[in-house]
Amino acid sequence: MPVSAVEKRPDSLPVAPAQAALAAVPELVVISGKGGTGKTSVVASFAALAQDAVIADCDVDAADLHLVLDPRTLETHNFVGGHEAVIRQSDCEAGGTCRNVCRFDAVRAGQGSNQFVIDPLSCEGCGVCVEFCPSRAIDFPERTCGEWFVSTTPHGPMVHARLGIAAENSGKLVSTVRGEAKRIAVTHGSKLILVDGPPGIGCPVIAAMTGATGVLVVTEPTVSGEHDMERVLELATHFKIPVAMCVNRWDINPEAAERIEVHGRDHGAVIAGRIRYDAAVTRAQVEGRTVVELGGTAADDIRTVWDRVRRWLEV
Amino acid sequence: MIVAIASGKGGTGKTTVAVNLALSLPGEIQLLDCDVEAPNAHLFLETALATREIVGIPVPEIDADRCNQCAECSRICQYHAIAVLGTGVMVFPELCHGCGGCTLVCPEEAIREVRRPIGVVEKLRAGNIELVQGRLNIGEALVPPLIREVRAKTRDGGTVLIDAPPGTSCSMIAAVRGSDFVILVTEPTPFGLNDLGLAVETVRTLGLPCGVVINRAGSGDDRVHDYCAAEGLEILLEIPDDRRIAEAYSRGRTLVGSVPEVRPLFLSLAEQIQDLATAVPELQAEKGRARVCG
Repeated sequence: MPVSAVEKRPDSLPVAPAQAALAAVPELVVISGKGGTGKTSVVASFAALAQDAVIADCDVDAADLHLVLDPRTLETHNFVGGHEAVIRQSDCEAGGTCRNVCRFDAVRAGQGSNQFVIDPLSCEGCGVCVEFCPSRAIDFPERTCGEWFVSTTPHGPMVHARLGIAAENSGKLVSTVRGEAKRIAVTHGSKLILVDGPPGIGCPVIAAMTGATGVLVVTEPTVSGEHDMERVLELATHFKIPVAMCVNRWDINPEAAERIEVHGRDHGAVIAGRIRYDAAVTRAQVEGRTVVELGGTAADDIRTVWDRVRRWLEV
Repeated sequence: MIVAIASGKGGTGKTTVAVNLALSLPGEIQLLDCDVEAPNAHLFLETALATREIVGIPVPEIDADRCNQCAECSRICQYHAIAVLGTGVMVFPELCHGCGGCTLVCPEEAIREVRRPIGVVEKLRAGNIELVQGRLNIGEALVPPLIREVRAKTRDGGTVLIDAPPGTSCSMIAAVRGSDFVILVTEPTPFGLNDLGLAVETVRTLGLPCGVVINRAGSGDDRVHDYCAAEGLEILLEIPDDRRIAEAYSRGRTLVGSVPEVRPLFLSLAEQIQDLATAVPELQAEKGRARVCG
């Protein structure tokens, strides 16, 4: 049953009847702990299988989902992530208060003999120097840290983002993307929000998963995959979010795959299945398509996983 | 010399490169695992724990007897970590960045700072490698302060390798800044290429010289090679796409120890890194001229 990728996307997003707005839309967040386990390939395939889910790429500092879902961007928005301190050189009297109060070593000697400048890469946007500068010589403008987009794809609406180079506040950008996806899902009357999460367990991951209906942990049967899966499972438990799990490329190391599933089950995770190692996964990426559109053993396995996840979420 | 191993995309093989390079370099090596959310280097080395210390950040504690609810503290806080509610002040420590603004601004001197733990820094020993790793507490959002604590253990002199977290945001910057050279690990796929481009832009914004390692070479297409040629990026090493490598990795084995053909590849990378070390003063002059602020 090949998934049709014919051009059927609208130029604008459809609006559902008002009563749809009352129901909360289920939200599945795909995470992994370790990077490179196949989150994005799985999410792209789920999007193709679900049809009309709202898709949110929350891996905002290394977003890749757009490379296989062929989005056409309808809206572009600047992302403002807090403020940054900027010293007006004309008013700086070089008293050094800013340097004394800054906890982030962001105040540096300027080019002039006795003036100071703020290094924007170190500035945490706390505003303490702005408050205490005796000459009131520090401005505190809003900081644009990236962009976010609303797009249409052949598989449904998509919200994605691009964090500015070396920018801060990726957690806040993740929350913005999720919030917008939720808004679209409610307006559109969608049955599901599908979130491609970031790797790790820190700020952006927490921002991507809190309050979700469920998380799917995509892991791999390696010592690193296992180690990081345990941490991400603990994180989901910490935030009381139901967990499903699937082992990607399981046949690289069947014993480890088994161990991971036993560990998952012992910690209350639903085992959603295994995905075989298949060179077609890379080929699909090279061709800019989803794995299930290309077909193959991994595609078959992803369909099975999707089916279980769908039933688990009751969508 | 400090060499950071980074990548935009996760799972490209940063830890593989860091560990196998550490094992291929002569003499005493310090390896800093700055991927504190998912520290994995220790899984590939036979280590013995030497020291462990708890890392905390300063968060406010309110003296209710002195506080008159003037709300200056919540006014200055950019992170909404402190709020005046009715007759009391509420602190939300997990939102606090530890800037100290509330303590400074409080006219009643009713705030003192206490340490809130966010993770640990451990020193481990594996032969001629000293491994320093950070380990973030589960549920903790704030990552850069812990990375900075790992970086604070950087030894003067000798060769220091940094295993950085994936991405291009504040965590990656905290790990990579102040290094002399960055090895960007990628794979020859569209995802690898896209994220390599972001990482190169980031590293250039920091004014750092970099080279590329292509992992799973032969698995995708030629676009990463084309990109490197167009951008003048040197390809330092290509690790072949080989199931034996994937299986060795999956079992926590090092490549130089278990896949004989890979050993000379890493020895060659080690030589290139040693050659760079002699060129470090030159690199630093270049770094001084480069744009440091983004």
